[in-house]
Amino acid sequence: MSSSTNAATALVEPAAPVAEGEAAAKIEGKSPWRLGIERLRRDRAAMISLGIIVAIVLMAIFAPVIAAIVGHGPNQQFTAPIGQTAEGQPVGPSSTFWFGTDTVGRDVLVRIAYGARISLIVGLVATVLTVAIGAIVGLASAYFGGLTDSILARVMDWLLAVPFLLLAISLVSVIGPGLSVLIIVIGFLGWASVGRIVRGQVLSIREKEYVEAARSLGAGPWRIMFIDILPNVIAPIIVYTSLLIPVTIVAEASLSFLGVGIPPPTADWGQMIADSQSVYQYGAWWYLVFPSLALLITTLAFNIFGDSVRDAFDPRGDQLFV
Amino acid sequence: MSASTAATPPVDATDADVLLRVENVVKHFPVQSGKLFNRDPAVVHAVDGVSLSVRRGETVGLVGETGCGKSTLARCIVRLHDLTSGRVIFDGDDISTLPPRQMRPYRREMQMIFQDPYGSLNPRRRVGSIIGDPFAIHKTASGQERKRRVQEVMELVGLNPEHFNRFPAEFSGGQRQRIGVARALAFRPKLIVCDEPVSALDVSIQAQIINLLADLQSELGLTYIFIAHDLSVVRHVSNSVAVMYLGKVTEHAPVEQLWNHPRHPYTDALLSAVPLPDPNKSAQRERIILVGDVPSPIVPPSGCRFHPRCPKARQDCVDRDPELVPRLSDGPDHLAACHFPVEDGEDISKARPSLATEDRIIEPGLLGGA
Repeated sequence: MSSSTNAATALVEPAAPVAEGEAAAKIEGKSPWRLGIERLRRDRAAMISLGIIVAIVLMAIFAPVIAAIVGHGPNQQFTAPIGQTAEGQPVGPSSTFWFGTDTVGRDVLVRIAYGARISLIVGLVATVLTVAIGAIVGLASAYFGGLTDSILARVMDWLLAVPFLLLAISLVSVIGPGLSVLIIVIGFLGWASVGRIVRGQVLSIREKEYVEAARSLGAGPWRIMFIDILPNVIAPIIVYTSLLIPVTIVAEASLSFLGVGIPPPTADWGQMIADSQSVYQYGAWWYLVFPSLALLITTLAFNIFGDSVRDAFDPRGDQLFV
Repeated sequence: MSASTAATPPVDATDADVLLRVENVVKHFPVQSGKLFNRDPAVVHAVDGVSLSVRRGETVGLVGETGCGKSTLARCIVRLHDLTSGRVIFDGDDISTLPPRQMRPYRREMQMIFQDPYGSLNPRRRVGSIIGDPFAIHKTASGQERKRRVQEVMELVGLNPEHFNRFPAEFSGGQRQRIGVARALAFRPKLIVCDEPVSALDVSIQAQIINLLADLQSELGLTYIFIAHDLSVVRHVSNSVAVMYLGKVTEHAPVEQLWNHPRHPYTDALLSAVPLPDPNKSAQRERIILVGDVPSPIVPPSGCRFHPRCPKARQDCVDRDPELVPRLSDGPDHLAACHFPVEDGEDISKARPSLATEDRIIEPGLLGGA
């Protein structure tokens, strides 16, 4: 297996005696980053969950292709007798509608595919925003210390103390729903936990001699923060990012479920789950089950992948070497 | 020399030979005990009025026990710490209060080598980028030019320039210290402050680094402040040696003068602790055993700070802080801060202080609260 040969070379390489010229040039140290990726590649759970994530991403990207194959648009309504029963109820899975139809006769499969776009966009963009704000605030808070730290740390405490859903619902209802509003609200309410993690790490790193060395060379605070300190806290940041994505996806679905997410008729998983409640009691199980499964599989895949990322980049004990 | 200038170092204050002058530097650290409502925080008297001068091309050794303030003094000199008071005059300019931006040109002229070859190199950055930092920070060279200059410096300190792309973790302690030296040398500074550069290394590696530093000094005309607690190392590398105790310089003299004619009882005690390679001589020698521990720098003793442990202490030592001036018949470059300096040939291992015992005890509570 190729991975086992990788492991062997990784162990031997740094210790190999250095020859002159060409041979020396070929022997190049692996960055902690490379080592982490190699550990990740040997993790079967990580690779399976990554495969599922890729499949979901492809489904989102090629949602129009899925729509073309089954011949139904995401907002195309099919009334009785095609997409609805004579009583106006949704129809179940069939060769025409693989996952059945919803309350107004739209194809659930096509809407799940389109809904993946919203979940992934919000999940990724809001997470990146969250982590970016959290990392910068955490860095600045810990590095500058003093009054800056006191203020920023209190802001973080305040954000962590406020119930997320309550504040998000009130903010969205004041600003008005929309994709970018959703991303910004989730991002601004979620950074405190990242900020706290980064702050704690930076507090210990800023006392290291190499930070002093950079200061004695005349480096300014921003250079020290981003070039000397940030690379040393990037591992926990990456780990936290990968674990935050599913949380963000669920947060988006929750807001949409509560009716303050993406405005209709845009397809969205949370909204579909909310919508399905009105027909579930009449036997339309498919409308509840398939969007829920989509949400479950997506968050589960991201969670398992996130766990593997943590194992790979934050190694403890025997996992230190590839 | 008049009494008012007595505390200044042995050379003329305006002497062009003097690269660095430290005048009455004081550094106090507040003790963090409950930030809120702490009106009168206690302070650690890390450095308490130190004056030194360093001539161009020379090495000044700085010795003392752990916690005596030598590292703090080093960090004050390169302005890693802001001074509580006092002045640091580098190459004729007072740099002690310069804001960071105006400090930058001086940072190219004075560099520091750190004690811990592991902690002082960023584990996430490649060696080339670490040594190239000075060029990047001062924007003097980039791209291929920077790489060329970095490899030049690596060669200078005896590193293989091919190892440019490696991480610090791939080097041994001695090689890592060479990386630290290379980084300090990048700009060919005038002054290098070495903060215990060899104390974390094996003895055989220590010799390599010391020889490297000596070679670089003669090659590049460097001036060193060399901090160490290994007296043999200091004797080997230094032109003059300053002994520190509890934030103050107790004695400052040319190295052989200090070794042969120590004036301060503390210096005498320190030197008597240096192991002698000859077992016969070693057995004959009387070691001066100091009693007690170093007092707390938060509440330093009155008068001479050494008086609670000094075998020659008298009432004067408790009452008056001795000045750092030439004692007995010493020349102007041998300074000692002692009211009752040790005479040549005097054996103080048998001396007993003429003090009431109560005066010598800092914390009576420790002895059962008499």
